[in-house]
Amino acid sequence: MHPQRKKRLRLILFLVIAVGAAVGLAMYSLSQNINLFQTPTQIANGEVPPGRTIRAGGLVVEGSVVRDKEGLGVTFRVTDGQSEVPIHYEGILPDLFREGQGIVALGQLDNSGVFEASEVLAKHDENYMPPEVQDALEKAHLDGKAKMENANSSDTDTSYGKGAGY
Amino acid sequence: MENLALYLPEIGQFALILALVMAVLQVVIPLLGVNQGQLWLMGYARPFAVGQALFLVISLFVLAACFVMDDFSVAYVAANSNSLLPVQFKISAVWGAHEGSLLLWVTMLGLWSVAVALLSRSLPLDMVARVLSIMGMISVGFILFTLETSNPFARHLPSPPMEGGDLNPLLQDFGLIVHPPTLYMGYVGLSVAFAFALAALMSGRLDAAWARWSRPWTTAAWIFLTVGIALGSWWAYYELGWGGWWFWDPVENASLMPWLVATALLHSLAVTEKRGLFKSWTVLLAIFAFSLSLLGTFLVRSGVLTSVHAFASDPERGVFILALLGICVGGSLLLYAIKAPTVASVGRYEVVSRETFLLLNNLVLVVMALAVLTGTLYPLVYDFMGLGKLSVGAAWFNTMFVPLTVILAVLMGLGAASRWKKDTLPRLAGVTAVAALVAIVFAVVTPFIVQGEWQGKVVLGLGVAAWLVAATLADIWKKSHGKLAKIPKLGMSYLGMVLAHTGVAITIVGVTMVSNYSIEKSVRMSPGDVETLGDYQFEFTQSGKIEGPNYTSQAVRFNVIQDGEVIEQLTPEKRHYSARNSIMTEAAIDVTLFRDIYVSMGEPLENGAWGMRLQVKPFMRWTWLGAIFMALGGFLAMLDKRYRRRVGVAQA
Repeated sequence: MHPQRKKRLRLILFLVIAVGAAVGLAMYSLSQNINLFQTPTQIANGEVPPGRTIRAGGLVVEGSVVRDKEGLGVTFRVTDGQSEVPIHYEGILPDLFREGQGIVALGQLDNSGVFEASEVLAKHDENYMPPEVQDALEKAHLDGKAKMENANSSDTDTSYGKGAGY
Repeated sequence: MENLALYLPEIGQFALILALVMAVLQVVIPLLGVNQGQLWLMGYARPFAVGQALFLVISLFVLAACFVMDDFSVAYVAANSNSLLPVQFKISAVWGAHEGSLLLWVTMLGLWSVAVALLSRSLPLDMVARVLSIMGMISVGFILFTLETSNPFARHLPSPPMEGGDLNPLLQDFGLIVHPPTLYMGYVGLSVAFAFALAALMSGRLDAAWARWSRPWTTAAWIFLTVGIALGSWWAYYELGWGGWWFWDPVENASLMPWLVATALLHSLAVTEKRGLFKSWTVLLAIFAFSLSLLGTFLVRSGVLTSVHAFASDPERGVFILALLGICVGGSLLLYAIKAPTVASVGRYEVVSRETFLLLNNLVLVVMALAVLTGTLYPLVYDFMGLGKLSVGAAWFNTMFVPLTVILAVLMGLGAASRWKKDTLPRLAGVTAVAALVAIVFAVVTPFIVQGEWQGKVVLGLGVAAWLVAATLADIWKKSHGKLAKIPKLGMSYLGMVLAHTGVAITIVGVTMVSNYSIEKSVRMSPGDVETLGDYQFEFTQSGKIEGPNYTSQAVRFNVIQDGEVIEQLTPEKRHYSARNSIMTEAAIDVTLFRDIYVSMGEPLENGAWGMRLQVKPFMRWTWLGAIFMALGGFLAMLDKRYRRRVGVAQA
């Protein structure tokens, strides 16, 4: 091979390897840093292993908010209309955190089934429903209906992707 | 007079329709002139551009007047204003939501077109005609979009509400008066570089002259983008009430992507102008920069961010913008594919040369933009494929950005110190060795002095920042032969670069320090309580009520104590806006150049206690100060003699 071409080929090979490695690292890092949203029903069904960082959310159950006597700890439950998950959080809650409001929390499930949140999000708009929560509610609703209509079919995924109503 | 006020919204809408007509003429007539070689037809480009802008400005002013006069028969005014709203917020409410911000967007496009029309005396008429015609096409698309899907003048008739729903309290703030217009000026300004690139492609004249015309325009848009992004970050910091200044939120990312590509474009244009190289690459960057601004508009405006389903169930707006985006990107890339192969870059350069460093720099900037794009679109694609909902954490963006910024800063120092065409590593090493040494010593010693603790990331951040400044200073020293008097003679372009690069270093220092050395705590506090954070004590002295024009707030007063002395009184508030029945946190911040003290209120607890968030954030201001330096640097570069010299020659 012509030495000039050999040099160029080597350069191209180097670039391909470098770019490949960079993309690989980026994608690996991406897979480590994505936080999947799980519905209260999925959590209640034991689909989420303790310790994995996920996003969970639903409507804050009326009357479920209990504050610690000392410090800023607070415990509340969220629901998708079918199942409830207890969430514990230590810190300042957002302005729009209210009972009955849709919220999303980032954190991990501990071994006793309590979701330990490191962040609680409620959007700055009183009419806003986090889309994840909206989906979870609809899914639970349809699941419930399907169960009533057909006792044998326990899980349907038909609601997904339609997302009507918002 | 009263009758006129009654029909004001219709006048505004009519003006908008006339602007559309003007825009269509601005597209067709000049292009026809180019095609037929008729100078008199091309000559219409300028008057049509002025006419279009005039009607757009009238339309925008009419909308503002509707807000000021509390005309709640206009649906948009009713939804976003209130008779109790202070007048400056009534005006900024014009761009407080979708419809009005689109009108602002097209009006700015009109104003940029006028600027091009008026400041292009040195340009051949056929280029002016092409550029304005292309800008007219964008205008037609967006005015149609406004009229068709998002008319700000639509009425609530026959029974208009008596009172408006009020502007979102988050947006009732000085930051929102200035942030969106500045950012939009940047977004829309990139259309000029885009139009210049396409015009040059169409005419086949991709030469140094084209690059020289494009440069000041691109720089102007870039300045607005830089300031707009910094303002947005500053606004989020003090207004959202929890002290974050960058969230890797899709809306922020939408503004960062065009900025990164525009920065690459600025540097690529420099090579094209000085050396006649990288022509196709420069054109591609111009196309991408503007396409990313459009993508940003699409992401923010289509509802696709709230949910891909929101987009699917109310597709009108989203599909329209997506179509505009498709036509714009597809059309320009098609033109590029046809014309670019005929463009040859002449001139050679060695592996070690300024050209190479600028090319590498460009690559890093584009990779950064691609990383942001990936992180922003990944959740959308994932959701769209029905795989579920997820979010990409800030950690990922940081993992990508930190190393890339380090590489970028190292290359910036080398690039500025290197020579065009041909340089050698030994020479470059000789010039920059002292700078490297200074940077390493500075980076290792400073964290000890400032914080008394040592962190790898801080050493790296301070190291590259110091390297950037030191390498730049070494270059000035060499170019001016050590004589201060010679420095002003180095040229405005060069001094602008120095200032902008220093700005990057300042921002790196700010981001490094505030990310690694910020301390905060969330505590329950009652009147009389004292909390210690870092070197400061926070004493809760009293709580009370404040009456605002359209809100009431519960406020808490703090003494901030350092070394036994009260250095500042801070009064954070919790505001209740009655019209929307919404609660807002108003943080209190004590600012110095080297640290911010940030106090915000959480919720009321029993017995007059409050949840409080206390934060000390070192070097916070540097993050934005750097952006001011970058913008000033850009401004200096725009003032360079050679952009005006051409004008003089042409007029003579």
